[in-house]
Amino acid sequence: MKKKLLTTLLALTLGAVALTGCANSSKETQSSSTAESTQETATNDAKEEDSNKATARTLDEIKESGKIVIGVFSDKKPFGYVDSNGDFQGYDVYFGNRLAKDLGVEVEYVPVEAASRVEYLVSAKVDIILANFTVTDERAEQVDFALPYMKVALGIVSPESALITAPEQLNGKTLIISKGTTAETYFTENYPDVKLLKFDQYSEAYNALLDGRGDALSTDNTEVLAWALENEGYSVGVDSLGSIDTIAPAVQKGNKELLDFINEEIKSLAGEQFFHAAYEETLAPVYGEAADPDSLVVEGGIVE
Amino acid sequence: MQDLGIRVLFEGKNLVRLLGGLWVTLQISLLSVALSILLGIILGMIMNMKNPVVKVITRIYLEFVRIMPQLVLLFLVYFGLTKAFGINLSGEVSAVIVFTIWGTAEMGDLVRGALQSIPKHQYESGRAIGLNEFQIYAHIIIPQTIRRLLPLAINLVTRMIKTTSLIVLIGVVEMVKVGQQIIESNRLEVPSAAIWIYAFIFFLYFIVCYPISRLSVRLEKKWKD
Repeated sequence: MKKKLLTTLLALTLGAVALTGCANSSKETQSSSTAESTQETATNDAKEEDSNKATARTLDEIKESGKIVIGVFSDKKPFGYVDSNGDFQGYDVYFGNRLAKDLGVEVEYVPVEAASRVEYLVSAKVDIILANFTVTDERAEQVDFALPYMKVALGIVSPESALITAPEQLNGKTLIISKGTTAETYFTENYPDVKLLKFDQYSEAYNALLDGRGDALSTDNTEVLAWALENEGYSVGVDSLGSIDTIAPAVQKGNKELLDFINEEIKSLAGEQFFHAAYEETLAPVYGEAADPDSLVVEGGIVE
Repeated sequence: MQDLGIRVLFEGKNLVRLLGGLWVTLQISLLSVALSILLGIILGMIMNMKNPVVKVITRIYLEFVRIMPQLVLLFLVYFGLTKAFGINLSGEVSAVIVFTIWGTAEMGDLVRGALQSIPKHQYESGRAIGLNEFQIYAHIIIPQTIRRLLPLAINLVTRMIKTTSLIVLIGVVEMVKVGQQIIESNRLEVPSAAIWIYAFIFFLYFIVCYPISRLSVRLEKKWKD
């Protein structure tokens, strides 16, 4: 009797584990294991979309709970980072604070990694992603993007002794990038002969460049410009690569109420030049003269 | 200016935050170990059953856990359960579940091995002097099993503590993540901070894991003599 009971219990446990495993496609499992950008670009088929039991909270539910949950970077200064007092700071956080204030709720920030931003929305772990999230067609198939609040292009920083002034010069060479970023997608698609050395953390990527483990590093142009200013012997040889991309808040697909609220908020904030104020407060101290606010900031969701 | 890097440790609440991160690491790993030992003992005893169905099922479980990287399991539990069943677990709870699943498999196999290493005549001697099955296990088998098991179980604790660094990928802010946050917030002003922060994290791991490791060696020696 005891043996039968144990056998049944074990079978049920294993069944539950197997079901959990089956719920996610092998493509997703693979991307999760590497925690790379494939997780973001993989397109879920319609069947899987329908089977998603994780429903995002509506605007009313957020108001009722008195708290909005926003996914931000906790390690990408000056967009989203944690200061020495343990408080979230940065351009994205500045906007997140305002969203919460105008909604009349508290804000809870959840630290996210670049490669799992989509997953946090799909599984309704957060209400909004404000993590320097570049709008791409692949991502737009899985999440809903609001109006943009920033524009950005890629840049390449390299040692002045062997300055890279065109992406073609990187063919056969090693380029350092961060996983799950636009730079990874761009070089994979457009320059397959460039060897990519990928890191999870931005600091690891920059340290690898300092250690000479790669010939150059590519990420957002503002990032590389700011870094080159602080590090002697390095220059940005390519300051605008590819198309000008926009950065926007994202919500779970179909969460129209919340999306509309964010869009209205972005439009109304244009009147007070909110994002220019955010730039002055959070980005200007880092970028100084290296960047022009108008080349970065988008007001009212209108890209000029 | 050489001291700039280490100075970052003492800015604001950085040191307290790192120690707080260590506490998160310890909480998750120790809770997982406690559950793993408990469930592992049960699993080990089940694995020793003669029933072929039970043997196959436990073998599948063991192989599944061993083959599957912990990171995949973390993603499956944290994101997968929410998507498949609408069960929204926190990162901490997901981590405890995954490390318990992993630890139970490891522990179960250790228990199975320890039980099998006890000679058959020990059981027979117990029966010969009129002890029932419960008494045989309580007074003869389990004390010997624990002696063989404890050093290995302690070793599992240190492995668990080190493996918790994976949980940063499901948004749990433990020691390594706090370290990365400190490095990132200072990378433009103090690029040398990274080496000091990682050295301090190494030191914290060391002062936690080394005594545990020594205890394992001492117990092994003590029980051999």
